[in-house]
Amino acid sequence: MNSEPVITIENLDHYFGSGQLRKQVLFNINLEINAGEIVIMTGPSGSGKTTLLTLVGGLRSAQSGSLLILGQELCNASSGKLTQARRNNGYIFQAHNLHGSLTAIQNVRMGLEVQGKMSPQEMLTRSQQMLEAVGLGNRLHYYPDNLSGGQKQRVAIARALVNQPKIVLADEPTAALDKQSGRDVVELMQKLAKEQNCTILLVTHDNRILDIADRIVYMEDGHLVSVGERGQKVGV
Amino acid sequence: MFQQIQRRTPLGWLQLSHNKNRLLVALAGIAFADVLIFMQLGFQNALYDSNTRLNRTFLGDIILISPQSRNMQNLATFSRRRLLQAADVPGVKSAEGVYIGTITWKNPQTRSKTTVQAIGFNPEQPALDIPEVNSQLDKIKLPDTFVFDRTARGEYQQVFQQIDAGKAVTTEVDKRTITIGGLFKLGASFGADGTLISSDENFLRLFPRRQAGSISLGLVNIQPGYDAQQVAASLKAYLKSEDVKVLTRAEYIKMEEDYWKTESPIGFIFGLGVSMGFIVGVIIVYQVLSTDVNAHIKEYATFKAMGYGNSYLLGVVFEEAIILASLGFIPGFIVPLGLYQLAANATNLPIYMTAVRAILVLLLTFIMCAISGTIATQKLQSADPADMF
Repeated sequence: MNSEPVITIENLDHYFGSGQLRKQVLFNINLEINAGEIVIMTGPSGSGKTTLLTLVGGLRSAQSGSLLILGQELCNASSGKLTQARRNNGYIFQAHNLHGSLTAIQNVRMGLEVQGKMSPQEMLTRSQQMLEAVGLGNRLHYYPDNLSGGQKQRVAIARALVNQPKIVLADEPTAALDKQSGRDVVELMQKLAKEQNCTILLVTHDNRILDIADRIVYMEDGHLVSVGERGQKVGV
Repeated sequence: MFQQIQRRTPLGWLQLSHNKNRLLVALAGIAFADVLIFMQLGFQNALYDSNTRLNRTFLGDIILISPQSRNMQNLATFSRRRLLQAADVPGVKSAEGVYIGTITWKNPQTRSKTTVQAIGFNPEQPALDIPEVNSQLDKIKLPDTFVFDRTARGEYQQVFQQIDAGKAVTTEVDKRTITIGGLFKLGASFGADGTLISSDENFLRLFPRRQAGSISLGLVNIQPGYDAQQVAASLKAYLKSEDVKVLTRAEYIKMEEDYWKTESPIGFIFGLGVSMGFIVGVIIVYQVLSTDVNAHIKEYATFKAMGYGNSYLLGVVFEEAIILASLGFIPGFIVPLGLYQLAANATNLPIYMTAVRAILVLLLTFIMCAISGTIATQKLQSADPADMF
């Protein structure tokens, strides 16, 4: 495994609101994630997991401390730089968030189009291969409305991974799925991530999927409480 | 640039075409706004056209009128001597006088009193570019015999039938009996419902108080090889007297049109109508686009999270606006063609489509959709990718 860090967080604080209502939500976060690692972040609601995830993904601008993603400092970055940084990541949301007016293959293609590198023909071929890899080769031209919840989430995974991102960020990807579909989805993520050697940071409450992680981090009240290796009990 | 467009997913079109009902409603709304605008512009133009139609039929390269004359229904007279003077100017071939006035006659069919316009001229020399009048010059030489406009506004169908059957129809003007000996085709205008044409002698019999020496218009024809502008300039210099104004044909038509544009409420009323249609269009397109943006706000936020910039999403909304404008214009152009025909038949006004107007309305449609798109895109700012997790 390649051990050079792709995500380096040092002394990260984050606040919501301003003036009297200013409230600190993240306290002195320090975390290093290496390339190819699968890290699961867990903890109670409101502990700041999702905020940390949005900061890493460049969806919010970090305020103080240091946040190095793929060698780029995202703390106090301009919105243009954040938009650029987002293109290096793949996102998987709790809801699938597929575009209802686009077919499965068109949705996946949107993940390639944002890169602005490939020809239309290449994009279609890549998208089709990706959908085949998630087992939806026979559903290429279905609209999301005509797919099941698990199938939609698999299209969303295909969209997130189609441009071979270095980092995949996922927020409760199994929350809306039944046990079997949820299991299939995370195993698919794990398999594809290993093939492409990408790093996964996954937020979840779902205890059934903790075993796929190389490392589990636990957050509470804005603090990173403990960092455990796979198989270890996570102390509270 | 072209390659950029080619590789882009046509998201705006896919969004619009995915919801067929909403698309149809939007197109109907734009078409409705376009029809409103087309009808207003059509009527406005018809009124200007119909009011200058008579001016355009006079056969004269240069027109002499009284400086007090303001429009065809309100012509002051000037001395016939100016015509004789004009004949001295080099380049002038002929100068003829025309008498124009408004009279109240008894409609031969209903026997009720109606106002019509009467025109009299020397029947030896055609003064009007109306073939049916010029072929009936012998008829109007007969005493108290007139020809009448077949497209006059009012109830004249039986009169026309009788005349077409070869029978002469008589009626009264101020206790004087006149005969309608034939028909011609000119068209009703805003100012006059119908027009009677005859010789100068017959005209003066209807207007006992008018003198033969006081004419309403002077039609000056120039010799070949002379320039109307130059002859008009030398006429102006020659006829220094203050009781006559020298106009080229184009200036004369423009004077009439300017009168109706500035002195009548036509321009204002129809201008208001056009802006109403335009505003209706803006509101409809805005409704459609903002509903669409609202419906896709989550998807847009997702695209932002994937690294698409705001400009990409703005492009999607404007793509939708342009598609709506282009598609909505098609029915918005075709429907008025039929309505123009319908209105032209019902009113005898010259209502027809012109290329300039079609282009104008197409441009207005694009501006309309662009304005709506600009307002609708303000909602895009609220698509915050951080809300997606």
